[in-house]
Order: sequence, then C-alpha cells, then structure tokens
Amino acid sequence: MQTINIKLTINNKKYEMDVDIRKSLMDLLREMGFTSVKQGCGVGECGACTVLVDDVSVDSCLYLAVWANNKAIRTAEGECKDGRLSPVQEAYVEEGAVQCGFCTPGLIMATTSFLEKNKGKKLSREEVKKGHAGNLCRCTGYQTIINAAITAGKK
Amino acid sequence: MFPIEKYHYASSVDDAIQALAADEKSKIIAGGTDVLVRLHEGDTEYGCLVDINGLNKLKEIRIDDDGNIYIGSLATCTEIMEHEIIRKHLPMLVESLATIGGPQVRNTATMGGNICNGAVSADSGCAALVHEFDLVIEGREGERMESINGFHTGPGRTILNHSDLLKYFLVRPEQYEGFSGSYIKYAMRGAMDIATIGCGAMLRMDGQYIDTLKLAFAVAAPTPIRCPNAEKAAEKQIPTDETLEAIADAVEEDVKPRTSWRATKEFRLHIIRTLAKRVTKQAVENQGGAC
Ligand code: FES
Ligand code: FES
Repeated sequence: MQTINIKLTINNKKYEMDVDIRKSLMDLLREMGFTSVKQGCGVGECGACTVLVDDVSVDSCLYLAVWANNKAIRTAEGECKDGRLSPVQEAYVEEGAVQCGFCTPGLIMATTSFLEKNKGKKLSREEVKKGHAGNLCRCTGYQTIINAAITAGKK
Repeated sequence: MFPIEKYHYASSVDDAIQALAADEKSKIIAGGTDVLVRLHEGDTEYGCLVDINGLNKLKEIRIDDDGNIYIGSLATCTEIMEHEIIRKHLPMLVESLATIGGPQVRNTATMGGNICNGAVSADSGCAALVHEFDLVIEGREGERMESINGFHTGPGRTILNHSDLLKYFLVRPEQYEGFSGSYIKYAMRGAMDIATIGCGAMLRMDGQYIDTLKLAFAVAAPTPIRCPNAEKAAEKQIPTDETLEAIADAVEEDVKPRTSWRATKEFRLHIIRTLAKRVTKQAVENQGGAC
C-alpha cells in the first residue's frame, strides 16, 4: 500500500496523517467521521459529496485525498459554529428546503461557496440555478432550495 | 477506493516525462474529472498514474507585451473563465467553458485535460480551433509546438506521444483581435450534459461584409473540426438570410455526424445547419452588425 504524508485543516482544525493514495477525499472525510459528506453517484454527477477546498467547491468523490495536502477543507459540520447554524443552513430550514436530507450537506456547501463568490451581488433565480447545477435533489423539486439560496444571500 | 496500482507525484515537468517514459502503462492525471471516473468504473487502463498537480507553473495564465496569451494546461475551467485577460480577449472561450459540467466539475477540470483526452465532445475544442491555439509540449526530445489543427486524430486520440506533456496553450493576437465570437452547445439538458452538437464561430467584419468567418464543431465528426467550406461561403458576403443559408448548405460538406444513442445522424445534421446559422448571426451581432 502506497501512502503519502499530508497536512491539512478540516473545519479549522489541523491534522497530519499518512493517507492511502487510492483514497478519495470523500472516503477520507467519511472515515474521519465527517459523515455529512455523502456518497451519491461517485462520479461527479450529483454533488452530494461537495466540500470546499480553500473555499472552492469540489466533488470530493473525484478528488484524491492526497490533493488535500496543505489545503483547508470545509464540510457542513464546520459551518455550524458554537451550536449556531450558518445563515445558509438557517435559510434551508426556514424555506423548507430539506426533505430526506441526503443532498442537503452538499447543497449547503454549494450555496455557501456560491454566495461567498457573489457577495454583494443581486442574484436572479437563473443565476442561482446555474450556481447549483452540480447538485441533484430527488425530493424537493428545487424551488425551495433556490428560495433558500436567495434568502441566505440577503442575510 | 480507486484501483490505483502505481502512483507518482511529479516534482517537475522533466520528472513527469521521465516517469511516463519509464512505464508504458502510465497515464497523466490532471484535474481527475475523467480519469477518476474511469477508475471508479474499475478501468484498469488507468491504474498507473503520473500526477502533475504539483506543477504550479502549469497553472499560469498571462499575456505578454505583444499580446500573446498563455494558458497553462493545468488552469481549471473556472480559473480560465474568471481571468480578466481571458474575459477581455477570449470571451467565446469563456462561453464554451461555462457549458462544461457544473461548478464543482469546472472548479477541478482543466482545459489541458479537456483537449488532451481527445473527446469528440470537448467543449473547449471549438474555441481552441477557431482561435488556432498552439500547444507547447514537452517530450523526451525537448520542447516543441504543435497546432490545434490536426492535433485530434480520432475519438480519444491525439498526436501526443506517450511521454509527452502539454505545458500550455498559446493564443496569438492575430487570432483574437478584431474578432467577435459565439458558442452554442446543444444538449438534452441545460447543464451537466455532454454536447449533442457544439458549435463555435469567430468572425470579423469589413464594413458591411464578412471579412473572415471561422467555424468549428464538436460531435459533428470523429474529432472536433473546422469547417473550410462553410467559412469560404461566408467570405466577402453581406450577412443576409441567403448568406446564412449558403453557410448551412456548405457546412454539410464539412461534417460527418453519426448516429448514437444521443441523436440520429439526420437530427444531428439538422442541428448542425441550425447552429451554423445561429452562431454566425450571433457573432455578427456581437460585432455590432445585423443579420
Ligand atoms: S458522490 Fe460525488 S458527485 Fe455524486
Ligand atoms: S431532500 Fe432528498 S434528495 Fe434532496
């Protein structure tokens, strides 16, 4: 088994470890207990595994764990600070954008990066849709998710 | 876990080429949005990887004093799309990259990968063809430059040798100055889909006449292609409905669409005709003209 030593932060906490080169970042995070990171398709189609790497959204199923070396990873677990939900998480609750919840952590991270990128901009529904095109949801029909992103953008 | 048997993290371009040369089974991994999908499906052809993600120099995007634009092969779609230089000078490349996957995929997928994997459907292929990108490649014999014209030799095939590494794309000012462009991707879904047909045009007007039209298609033949017949039909013409019709007729000589589960040959040909007219019209309008 080939391993590489990596240093990274996950939700602001530092880690150092030897990782198997065959692992995806999704595998690694789930093994470490960050189970908000979901495996849906495993091939970059559904976005359930979305995390932020240096504040950029990526499908962690298509991202080698070793690439996380010297990077800062954010997952949905870390968005909630001191027991308080982030504005994005709050907006998902308020707008009823969560049904079975499987897609939710990935979508929360997609919305978070989308809003951080477009800070201060007035966003159309069309732009919000484009910004979330990498995430599938089998339950909600998306309207409540778009509402949540728009609501969170105003917070 | 991905079935990776051998993995080498390249420390320099030379190191990558040596690692490739040392093992004929080895393959380059860049953004990973294709290679890791293959591995996920258990494709053992991708079991020996040379990882080039540490080669930071290949991420660079810059312009020199003469207006030559350099796009590093490892620059991601998002990095290219958001770059000031590219937005200003190569808006049609921005348009075409925007049609790739969703944000997460564009954040990791590289344009080098999109071109080098030889996909017939490469969305950036049309932009590369009409802007006549040069590809600066490092191989065992040193550095060389190849044109994008003729780079693709068949589905999934390019002129690259096994131990070649694409370092960057070079776009010369005469390939963008004075041109306007347009790209349209026809796909079954509005996002996250492979093109049924992709079509890009670049055009320069001379008064009320079309001076130069450059037209390219993806998925219209076994490789992304330029359309010499259609381009000729446009030359020195006033952009009228008749001219657009003549372009659509001529383009049939340029393309070789085929039937697949996505669409029949006949339907593809219909889209090809329609898109040829539409992108040309759009490019004329983007230059402030009217059709
Ligand atoms: S599990 Fe990663 S995109 Fe579906
Ligand atoms: S809430 Fe069930 S998949 Fe989105």
